[in-house]
Amino acid sequence: MYSYTDFDAQFVADRNRQFRAQVERRISGSLTEDEFKPLRLMNGLYLQLHAYMLRVAVPYGTLSSAQMDQLALLAEKWDKGYGHFTTRQNIQYNWPELRDVPDMLDALAEVGMHAIQTSGNTIRNVTADHFAGAAADEVADPRPVAELLRQWSTDHPEFQFLPRKFKIAVTGSENDRAVIKAHDIGIQVVEKNGRTGYRVLVGGGLGRTPMIGKELAPFVPQEDLLPYVEAVVSVWNLLGRRDNKYKSRIKITVHEHGIDEIRSLVADRFLETKQAFNGADLALFDEIKAQFAPPAFRNAPEDAFDAAYEADPNFRAWADTNLTAHRAPGYAIAQISLKAHGETPGDATADQMRVMADIARRFGHDELRISHEQNVVLPHVHKSDLPEIHAILKANGLATANIGLISDIIACPGMDYCALATARSIPIAQEIATRFEELKTENEIGELKIKISGCINACGHHHVGHIGILGLDRAGVENYQITLGGDGSEDAAIGTRTGPGFPAEEVVPAIERIVEAYMTNREGPDETFLQTYKRLGMAPFKTALYGEQAEGKRARAA
Amino acid sequence: MPKPFTPKVVTANALLEGDVIYLSENDTWVRELRDAEVLTDEAIAQMRLLDGQARPAEAVGVYLADVAPTENGPEPTHFREDFRRTGPSNYFHGKQAEG
Repeated sequence: MYSYTDFDAQFVADRNRQFRAQVERRISGSLTEDEFKPLRLMNGLYLQLHAYMLRVAVPYGTLSSAQMDQLALLAEKWDKGYGHFTTRQNIQYNWPELRDVPDMLDALAEVGMHAIQTSGNTIRNVTADHFAGAAADEVADPRPVAELLRQWSTDHPEFQFLPRKFKIAVTGSENDRAVIKAHDIGIQVVEKNGRTGYRVLVGGGLGRTPMIGKELAPFVPQEDLLPYVEAVVSVWNLLGRRDNKYKSRIKITVHEHGIDEIRSLVADRFLETKQAFNGADLALFDEIKAQFAPPAFRNAPEDAFDAAYEADPNFRAWADTNLTAHRAPGYAIAQISLKAHGETPGDATADQMRVMADIARRFGHDELRISHEQNVVLPHVHKSDLPEIHAILKANGLATANIGLISDIIACPGMDYCALATARSIPIAQEIATRFEELKTENEIGELKIKISGCINACGHHHVGHIGILGLDRAGVENYQITLGGDGSEDAAIGTRTGPGFPAEEVVPAIERIVEAYMTNREGPDETFLQTYKRLGMAPFKTALYGEQAEGKRARAA
Repeated sequence: MPKPFTPKVVTANALLEGDVIYLSENDTWVRELRDAEVLTDEAIAQMRLLDGQARPAEAVGVYLADVAPTENGPEPTHFREDFRRTGPSNYFHGKQAEG
C-alpha cells in the first residue's frame, strides 16, 4: 500500500491549514458564500438538504485498518455514528457542522487521507478495480498507475478550473470491474509483446446523456501515459463547452467533434506535453510500484474451510456468493456486503468499521477495499481463516450473503440527503431487498444487478443496471422509470426504458413482475437475467409490466 | 384574472449547523416550519427574501418555498420541502429527532 512521503504529508497539512483559515474567514464574514463555495467544494464539503456533507477520498478504494479505524472515529465524533460508502469508492459523512470540518480533515491527515478534489470541476478521485492485486484474471495491479494519476492530478495547475468534473478509472483485467467505459477516461492495463502499456478509452459517462467510452488508443506505452492523459484533458479543457453545464463533459466534446478528430488533436498536443516530462514521473512510478508489492502469502492447509463448508449451511451460502477466486493458492477474495436486507445500501456504523478493520489486521494483510458497488472487500484472506471471519461478521450484522444478487443494490443517497435529487432512492432499495428476502427467491434468481438513481445525474449508475431505476418528480409526486439491459462490465451497455414510469408504491410489484417474466422465460438456471433479456429483448418484460394490451397497441402502431 | 399568489416562507440552511431554517415574523431564524412567517403578498415576500439574503453570516441559499396555510401553521406543498422540514426517511435523524 502507498504511504505518504514527507512531501505528501506537508502538502495535505498545508492545504488543511489553508482551508481552516478559509472557514474562519467565511464565519467572520470576510468571505461571501459565492467566494467560499468553490473553496469548500475543492475540499469535499457540500451543503445538502439537512446538513453539510463531507466526501472523503478513498484513493482507488484501498484502505488500511488504521485508516478504517479513523473513518470510524470521524463517524462517531463528528457525525451520527455511521458513514456512507459511495459508488465512487469514497465515504460520505452526512451530518458534520462547519466549524468541525477542519478538525475532521486534520484527523484524516493523521492516517494519510484527505477530501481534496472529491468535488468541484477538477480531476476527481481516481477509481480502480476493487480486486486489484488479488484477482486471478489480472494482467497487472492497476493501483500504481492510479496512484501516479492521483499525484499528477492533485492540484495540477492547468486542471483546477475545468469545464466540468473529470473522472478516471483504471482496471488491470479484461473483466472490467471498474466500469471504465462509463468514465471520462477509462484505462486498461494491457500487455503487448511482453511490454506493459495502457489501452485508453475516452468519452464515457452516465448522467443526462449516457455514453459508452470509445477507444482513443489501443496501446500507450508506460513512459507516455502521463503526457498522453495530460494531452487528452488539455484538449478537452480548450474545446469543452463552458456555456452549458449539460454539454460540458468530455463525452459531449467527443460526440460533437468525433473520436477521430479528438484523436488527432490529442496526438498533436501530445507532442507538446511529452516535452515537459523529463522522466521524473517514471522514477516516481517505480517507487510507487514497489509499495504495491503483494503481501507475503502463506502456505497452509484449507481443511478448516472445507470442514465449515460441509457442516455449516450459513457459511456455505455466504462462501458461494461472497467469495471470488484469488491469484494466490489457498487464498480468497471475500466481500463484506453493506446491503443487509432493509438497510441503507453502503452504510456502515462506526462499530462495523472497527470490526472490519480488526479482521483486516488479524487475517487480511491489513488491507480493505471499497467497491463501487458499495461493499467492502477483504482482498487477501487465507481460506482456512474464513470460518472465523464469517463468525465475526455474522455477530456484527455483516454476513449478508447476497453479493451480485437482487438485493445487492446500488443506490445513490437520493432525496433523503441530496440537494440535487428529484426523488428518493434509499427507501426503494430497502423495499426491494426486503421483499425478495421475504420471498426467499434471490439465490434461485441468481445474478441480477439493480441500480437506483434519485435524479438524472445517475450517481446510482441506473443506466448500467441490469434493472435500472430512475427517480423523478412528476408534477410534485415521486415517479420511477425503469430501464432493462444495462451492463457495467466490459460489455458495457446502456439500459432501455420499459415505458411509462411507476409511482413509488408500484415499484416493488413492477420489479416482481419483471423477475417473474425472467424466471418463466429463462432457458435454465444458468441463463442470467441479462442473457435472457439479450435473447428475448424487451417484449416479454413489457407485457409483464403493462399487459398484453400495451404490447398489442405497440404492434399496431408499428 | 391574475393567477393567485401561492403563500411562501423564506427558508435557507444555517451557515454553521447546515440545517434547515425559516425566517420568522420577528426576524429571527427558526428551526421549525410551523414557526415561520407565512407570506401571502408577493411584494412583501420579495422584500422578506431580500431581508433573508442580507444575512449571509447566518444563512446559506436563501429562497422562497411554497406552503399551504392551515390551522396548524404552514404545510409544505411539495415533497422536497416536506423532507427538508422532517429529515431523512432511512434514519430517525435531523429535524424529526430534534422536535
